[in-house]
Amino acid sequence: MTSNYLDRREFTAAVLAERGDTLVVPSLGAPTWDCAAAGLTAEALHSWGGMGLALATALGVALAQPNRRVLCLNGDGEMMMGLGTLAVVGDQAPSNLAILVLDNEHFGETGGQPGLARTADFCAIAKGAGIPRTMNVTAMEQVPALTDMLFHQPGPCLATSKIALGDFPLTMPEKHGPSIAAAFRATATNP
Amino acid sequence: MRSLGIGTVCTIPDGGLTPLLAMCREDPDTRVLTLSTEEEGIGITTGLWLGGARGMVALQSSGVGNCINALTLPIAFGAPCLMLVTMRGQWGEFNHWQVPMGQGTQPILTQLGVRCYPVETAQEVAPAFIAAANMAFHAQERCAILIGQRVIGAKAFGRGED
Repeated sequence: MTSNYLDRREFTAAVLAERGDTLVVPSLGAPTWDCAAAGLTAEALHSWGGMGLALATALGVALAQPNRRVLCLNGDGEMMMGLGTLAVVGDQAPSNLAILVLDNEHFGETGGQPGLARTADFCAIAKGAGIPRTMNVTAMEQVPALTDMLFHQPGPCLATSKIALGDFPLTMPEKHGPSIAAAFRATATNP
Repeated sequence: MRSLGIGTVCTIPDGGLTPLLAMCREDPDTRVLTLSTEEEGIGITTGLWLGGARGMVALQSSGVGNCINALTLPIAFGAPCLMLVTMRGQWGEFNHWQVPMGQGTQPILTQLGVRCYPVETAQEVAPAFIAAANMAFHAQERCAILIGQRVIGAKAFGRGED
């Protein structure tokens, strides 16, 4: 563990504080708990399953609501499972879609088994998939530049952030799928 | 599709879908969205609905096999899901690699609770599509129209694409 690894709750709270009316699509597990810990309710599509599809879902929301900013808050395992979707994002090029990978290089929900992101470079993969704007985040000092890219600059864009492993207090959001969907859909479709 | 408000078709193409996809590409009100794998289409169309729009996935029966866990998403959310499947491995198939999902598509989808609309004649295609789409978007069900190989015609060996 090096000092380049961010505290996930401090980092995600600082990023999400700047979200404005952004719709947030977190992947299952820790990114969903992070959204709940940061106080997001109906504006986050809390996920409990369907691993690999957070970015595809966020892309659908972004295409349906081109005037709303959409942030996919993706874990590294889920991003790895949906790498092909980066090419679809590059092809569709939605200017309102931003991706932030919370990369702890491990499968946190299942016991901390090592993942593939220690050697894989999501920014390089995103660039290769046609997503020109990328950022590697290793320090809290980069948060203002990061949130400017995620919430204000034309997308699509992708940032990766190296996150420290650790035990964080579990903050459980709503679990009932139709309730999550109804609340999110009402938020997404109301101007 | 137009009268049903379906504005996006997510696809990994199939020979049997080619005329439809060509028509969609010429329609200024329809977006044809090319996928990297079929399961993405389930995520994207769920996202479209969550954002207030309607989409569908057009795929070959073998691609249904790629969608299995992805169907958790619309099932768990109670969201609509509409799949237009062109069947292979079913009627006069020459390629045994197409047979597992050709035979497995309907029982597997049914097991997951996806409503299947198998179609074996050209006249049935439009009414089945409308019925499935209405059930998907109004009853918020997961529905698949399965266009039989008899309707499309079995592919002959050596014609090019598989």
